[in-house]
Amino acid sequence: MQETAWQVSLVLMLMITFGVVFVAINSGKREEEYGPLVKRAYSFRTKLFWAVALVFFPAMIYNLMGLPYSPKAVASSGPAQVINVTGHMWYWEMDRDQVEPNQPVDIRVTSADVNHGFGIYDSDLRLIAQAQAMPGYTNVIHITFPKEGTYRVLCMEYCGVAHHNMMTEIKVGKS
Amino acid sequence: MATYTYTPVPDQGAKAGVLAYLVISCVVLLLMMLFGLLMRMEQAQMISIGALWFYKIMTLHGAGMVGIVALAGAAIMWHFLRQYVDLSTGIFMANLILFLTGVVMILASVLLGDFHAAWTFLFPLPTTSMGMWSPGAAALFMGGLLVIGVGFVLLHLDIARAIISRYGGLGRGLGWPQLFGPDDGNAPPPAVVASTMVTIVNLIGLVVGASILVMMLINVYVPTFEIDALLAKGMIYFFGHVFINAVIYMAVIAVYEILPRYTQRPWKSNKVFLASWTASTIMVMFIFPHHLLMDYAYPKWFLIMGHIIGYLNTFPILIVTGYGAMMIVYRSGIRWDMCSRLLFVSLFGWAVGAMPAFIDGTITVNYVMHNTLWVPGHFHTYLLLGMVAMVFGFMYYLGKPNENAPDSALDVAAFWGFVIGTMGFTMSFLYSGKISAARRYAEHLPEWVPYDKIASYFAMLLIASVLVFIFRFLTRLGLASRDYQRASLARSMAT
Repeated sequence: MQETAWQVSLVLMLMITFGVVFVAINSGKREEEYGPLVKRAYSFRTKLFWAVALVFFPAMIYNLMGLPYSPKAVASSGPAQVINVTGHMWYWEMDRDQVEPNQPVDIRVTSADVNHGFGIYDSDLRLIAQAQAMPGYTNVIHITFPKEGTYRVLCMEYCGVAHHNMMTEIKVGKS
Repeated sequence: MATYTYTPVPDQGAKAGVLAYLVISCVVLLLMMLFGLLMRMEQAQMISIGALWFYKIMTLHGAGMVGIVALAGAAIMWHFLRQYVDLSTGIFMANLILFLTGVVMILASVLLGDFHAAWTFLFPLPTTSMGMWSPGAAALFMGGLLVIGVGFVLLHLDIARAIISRYGGLGRGLGWPQLFGPDDGNAPPPAVVASTMVTIVNLIGLVVGASILVMMLINVYVPTFEIDALLAKGMIYFFGHVFINAVIYMAVIAVYEILPRYTQRPWKSNKVFLASWTASTIMVMFIFPHHLLMDYAYPKWFLIMGHIIGYLNTFPILIVTGYGAMMIVYRSGIRWDMCSRLLFVSLFGWAVGAMPAFIDGTITVNYVMHNTLWVPGHFHTYLLLGMVAMVFGFMYYLGKPNENAPDSALDVAAFWGFVIGTMGFTMSFLYSGKISAARRYAEHLPEWVPYDKIASYFAMLLIASVLVFIFRFLTRLGLASRDYQRASLARSMAT
């Protein structure tokens, strides 16, 4: 997902750059009559509007599929393994730190004091899931770990002077 | 019906109050940039200031930047708006005094009281310090924000009064009669439309922000006065999002007002323009859930609303304001000087920064990129290369010795240093976000450090360039208050 976000951003940013450079290059020689130029520009803008709309609207709808707020259907069914997590300044309290791979896991995240963020990183140090840990509320991360291994947990919401040290691990493997 | 004949507008010098705003903006902006550099250098392991100082500086950098760009944006808005409506200089100066009072309170809270709960003051962190700062320090910080907020409320109330008095209502200030009825060509000028929008959203945002600040101040001393953390977060992000976005909408008035003077082409408040600003008025207020996408406790429709409006919000930026600037410059014969360059590039900065921003507002992307360095990556792009470029463009406009005055090679070099420095700095942020580097970490994991180093070098280039901008403005202060032709006429008109 991060790679896609990066590449899409780069493409869009480059398209804007080309447009701006094109205008800058073509700014030197004056076209005295602005009215006809405005008409041409408005006509092009209408096309541009629809072009952007035809890309953005389907993308907006498509990206509403697979939201993280509900459990995803997984091939291997069975009751979800549950990890209850409470964030404290500045450590994570978890009632278990080992789960099975390829089985759904519900990580129930809350906080005993201030806002924290429960961010799960894979072995390549890539963020694969997160939820805010908030006092008085429980946010549930629905995840299925595809691979065995050790996943690092980092705090994703600033919570004070040791925020950057608030780390723990989840081990994924056969018990 | 709108016509496209340009009517020359005389360039007015700035009032003393506007210059006071801008001089203070220069000083604080530079200081906050240096603070930002220190933070990046600490993450890059080029210096060692420790976690406590990192987070204290981070708190000052956030609060200071948000405050100072608001002050600079207000200076631009006030300078041009007073050419159309009757504004109170007393209120304008009262805002400055309240701002400085708030700044002193915040500085004391952080530097003397060790407060370091970040500018976002997320409840209940300010009152849950684990002994790192006192309740008094928390109260001083939040009180400082409140005082600054009161100043801006006064300013916007005065602007609302002036617009209502001149145009007959805020709806008329937004050009609704021309938007929803026949366009008689008499819609308010873009500066008035933008000021009306900013006033509406900021008044609502500031009232919400002040409400949560007062609630939290009570909670500091009366802990039994309980606050729901989720509600507090929503209120804080509503205020924060509206307020920081409003600064761009204030500063863009410089583009609307100055680029037409350079191109001798009008920037008209036609139906599309008016529709875009009315849409922005609504969207700026309802887009804030995109900050809360990882708070699953909110209703799902609320979070999806943030996702959808994030996409829609790109249209006014790209299709109306960004495209409008391109249209007015294309084949205009514009003479490029520091002012016109900075104003032109500011639209580029705003538009390119909006791309990674709306992508971050996509829920499935946010799931793996929220609170990574992707976030400061996009907002530094549109604030630095967008909003701050507008401010410096305005400063060069005010200080230009005469319409034909050439720029020195140093200034031109500084312009390119600013553009390259900002893009290098922000792309380093974005790339760090792509590799999942977490935001607001005093110490970075070894995998993230190389990109922090690259960012630090680009930040140095950026700050060196800004030093030139500021030096030039301060040496031309005497010119900035005078009325004379500043904007260079487009080629075929001048020759």
